Amino acid sequence: MEKKYDVLIIGGGPGGYSAALYCARAGLSTLVLEMLSAGGQMATTPQVDNYPGFDDGIDGFELGEKMLAGAERFGAETRFAEVTKLEWKGAEKIAHTSDGDFSARTVILAMGAGPKKLGLAEEELLTGRGVAYCAACDGMQYKGKTVAVAGGGNSAVADALTLSKLCKKVYLVHRRDMLRADKVYLDAISAAGNIEIVWNARIDAFLHHEKFEGLSITDTVTKKTYSLACDGVFVAVGRTPNTWLVRGALEMDEQGYIAADETTCTSVGGVFAVGDIRAKPLRQIVTAVADGAVASKFVQEYLLKGV
Amino acid sequence: MIDTITKENFEQVVEKAERPVLLELWAPWCVYCRRLAPALDRVSEKRSDSLSVGKINIDEEPDLARKLDAEVIPTLYVYQNGSHGEKLVAPASQAQLEAWIEEQLGK
Repeated sequence: MEKKYDVLIIGGGPGGYSAALYCARAGLSTLVLEMLSAGGQMATTPQVDNYPGFDDGIDGFELGEKMLAGAERFGAETRFAEVTKLEWKGAEKIAHTSDGDFSARTVILAMGAGPKKLGLAEEELLTGRGVAYCAACDGMQYKGKTVAVAGGGNSAVADALTLSKLCKKVYLVHRRDMLRADKVYLDAISAAGNIEIVWNARIDAFLHHEKFEGLSITDTVTKKTYSLACDGVFVAVGRTPNTWLVRGALEMDEQGYIAADETTCTSVGGVFAVGDIRAKPLRQIVTAVADGAVASKFVQEYLLKGV
Repeated sequence: MIDTITKENFEQVVEKAERPVLLELWAPWCVYCRRLAPALDRVSEKRSDSLSVGKINIDEEPDLARKLDAEVIPTLYVYQNGSHGEKLVAPASQAQLEAWIEEQLGK
């Protein structure tokens, strides 16, 4: 076992590094375990306009690096390692990682969330070869081409708008006969001129032969099946929490988010959940960083109890 | 140090290199490439005595992108003695990247 810490933080996104900053400033020995680089989902957003304090917005990757540096300034450490197993033995919490084992009396879960998949055959195989989950990341690869966006909420509409500026044609493929998106987005869709909404459409399969060719769709009203030709599909059907490390080990809600209230305390003593992984009404960078700060208070309380 | 690889220096810096070269095909607009960049820097530093690292900007080097089948980026290869093994696309973690490098070097 390597050095023991007061608190282990799993995940280096905004929730994790806010927790690290507050814990380090409270004098706790703090280790962040991050598998790739700072920032989490935020780091793939080139322009963040809803994080206060940046009047011209800020690049999410840069903001992640700044959050890391800000926490390290007060002594928080980072190991770029992948946690393979997490366990609690009484008061001791142990993280087994690609870089060795680490232990602490408290752990803050900050693994975030990722895009939900459509759950269709060959989805993994075609990911990056016609199936994508991030318009801002992968949109440029479809410049001048025809693409589909699967979904009907704000993020699907935002993706369709992003892609409409790059692509020749964008189909917005939605299961229902109306969108759940805000009006500001709906107006922009008609203004874009190259977005066509495909209503009542259930995607059954990906069509491909050597390269991606389109979607097989069933009309949920007429029950007729048809093909929609496109060079790629961007899946925007919601997000799913990255909880596989703790599945079955603590309480979760029906959607699989970790049950923890505003205190960030989970059903296990000394285990806290912050950011997108926690059951909460609004998942944003600002609510993630707020969670991180709150968690540090309850981590300190837990440690003071001397459990 | 990470080299910039172009059509002009590819043969000299990659194919004729005396030691293994880790190659990344990337582009400035690729946001996941940016997330991977700090991990590549760390790996480059950690293995500086046994591995060279080079980057190919696919926007500036379309011929190399075609030659190396980089339809999706970031795409990575390890070149040894003028040839490469299987590619790695968009690794999820630094650990996955390092395990793949080990595997490639072991071949």
